[in-house]
Amino acid sequence: MGGIQNNSKKSFKPFPWFRVVCLIPLLVWIFVLLVGPHVQLFVISFIKNRHPEEGFYLGNYIRFFSEPLYWRIFVRTAIYAIVTTFFTLSICYPAAFFLAKMAKGRWKLGLILLVVLPFWISELVRTYSWMIMLRETGVINWIMVSLGVFSKPIEMLYNDYAIFVGLSYASMLYMLLPIYGVLDGLDDTLIEAAQDLGASRWTILWEVVWPHSLPGVTAGCIIVFMLTLGNYLTPTLMGGKNSLYFTETIYNQFIVSWNWNQGSAFGFLLLLLSGLFVWLGLKFTGQKLTEVVR
Amino acid sequence: MSKKPGSSTSLKTIYIIYFIAFLLFLFVPLIINGILAFNSDEVPSFPWRGATFGWFYSSSEDQVGVLNDARMIRAIGASFRVAGMVTLLSLLAGTTSSFLFVRENFWGKQALYFAIIAPLVIPGVILGISILVFFNGIIGGLKATFGPDLARPIVRALRPGSLLVILGQFSFIGTIATLVISARLRKFPIELEEAAMDLGSSRWGAIFSVTVPYLFPALLSAGILAFLLSFENFATTLFLIGPKPTLPIFLYSRLRFFITPEINAISVILMAGTALLGLLSMTMRGRAEVG
Repeated sequence: MGGIQNNSKKSFKPFPWFRVVCLIPLLVWIFVLLVGPHVQLFVISFIKNRHPEEGFYLGNYIRFFSEPLYWRIFVRTAIYAIVTTFFTLSICYPAAFFLAKMAKGRWKLGLILLVVLPFWISELVRTYSWMIMLRETGVINWIMVSLGVFSKPIEMLYNDYAIFVGLSYASMLYMLLPIYGVLDGLDDTLIEAAQDLGASRWTILWEVVWPHSLPGVTAGCIIVFMLTLGNYLTPTLMGGKNSLYFTETIYNQFIVSWNWNQGSAFGFLLLLLSGLFVWLGLKFTGQKLTEVVR
Repeated sequence: MSKKPGSSTSLKTIYIIYFIAFLLFLFVPLIINGILAFNSDEVPSFPWRGATFGWFYSSSEDQVGVLNDARMIRAIGASFRVAGMVTLLSLLAGTTSSFLFVRENFWGKQALYFAIIAPLVIPGVILGISILVFFNGIIGGLKATFGPDLARPIVRALRPGSLLVILGQFSFIGTIATLVISARLRKFPIELEEAAMDLGSSRWGAIFSVTVPYLFPALLSAGILAFLLSFENFATTLFLIGPKPTLPIFLYSRLRFFITPEINAISVILMAGTALLGLLSMTMRGRAEVG
């Protein structure tokens, strides 16, 4: 911008129109699609269903805390998300290290393409692929029965393990890529220097590699936690009848019970939990949201 | 020389085995899904009962293929329309917003930037319900102000349906488009635009003749990304959908009750399509980052 003003041949104030034309879509986007909706969500969560005339009403939140069913589902959903986050972290960290530090040249590029590829594919197709693997009439059962390991098919879908597999599979790339990014930026000479100074492999990993990768680990954990917490597809398709997920309760309030006020309160609590984790994650590693997303 | 990280051969072997296992975990379910689209058994599983293309096009009663499944075709059409609109909106708003964030300085810029980044850490379900309740509130307001008869045409558009789905998806896909486009715009040498203006073109002229062509790889990459994200979106769409389901919503309702290899067949089509578009987008992004 400075360049334009310094250009003395045309001493104009740069077209205000340009700024206005660019600003309008942005403001509509922010206020009509983001700020407005979230304010409305917050407001109607404090209104009694079908009785807006009663004014400020805390009942939707009181109901959440007084009925064990709801907060138990809430806590369990949070635990699922935390376990899934650690699970994906432990699977993806070594894979990211391999890609960043051990794969070389053309191999490296090819392997990255290969790893990214499945995540372009629709989440629904990915979930379905796991369903036909794990189902009672599924592929794994067929293999096991054919080999004589199982005497008859076992239902492997519709339980907690299936949910963990599905949730982890759904979000692995979002853990892998940020960690790969920071590890790729770690200078090999740092590791060599530590080796020259006599550090053992574990010391190097713990004192050099891990601290350096923390920003990527944080970014990955935040995204995976958020995605898992808000996942609806995997828990409803792969989970059992009695392992209700919190997003399902929100759906039930909105679409089945038609109690939008209660549903909004639940939604707001989910948003709060998700926001809290994002904030904590950033706080612990001293990063800003705008930096984490690049 | 032997001090390269991970140089010990036994460790390297373990690592390679680990990585192969990792790749198998990623790909085996997808590959099996694809293979079973060609098995003539009506349960998508083994044993193999002979190859068939029937799950793609057959119209017989006990083997309905994708191309002869009217509801599936309608859902695909709905998804294309929604994804097209979301892509268009994301590119427009992404480009204009990038110009603001990269080129201009104004009071409140940081706050606006934070606001459009936020959707990346808001669960999709929440985006869906918040837009649902907000537009329902607007409907209430319109009815109260203009009376139910005058407001009807607008109210119809603001009820759950295509428009809300498009807006809901755009609310976060626009963010991703903005990030991709602004990354490229930041590298643009502004002197080029100034040179064009010195040679007599207007600012708009300079932008369209110099800057937009420069942005093209980023626009293409962002457009493909937006299209794919919209085409496969489930969580946000679920709450905003009207009587015409998009493909993921339609497939979801099928998956809960009625599974045949027809779903494998549509999976194969989707996998082939997304892999192709995904690779194209990544090569474009690669070029955008180099150039």
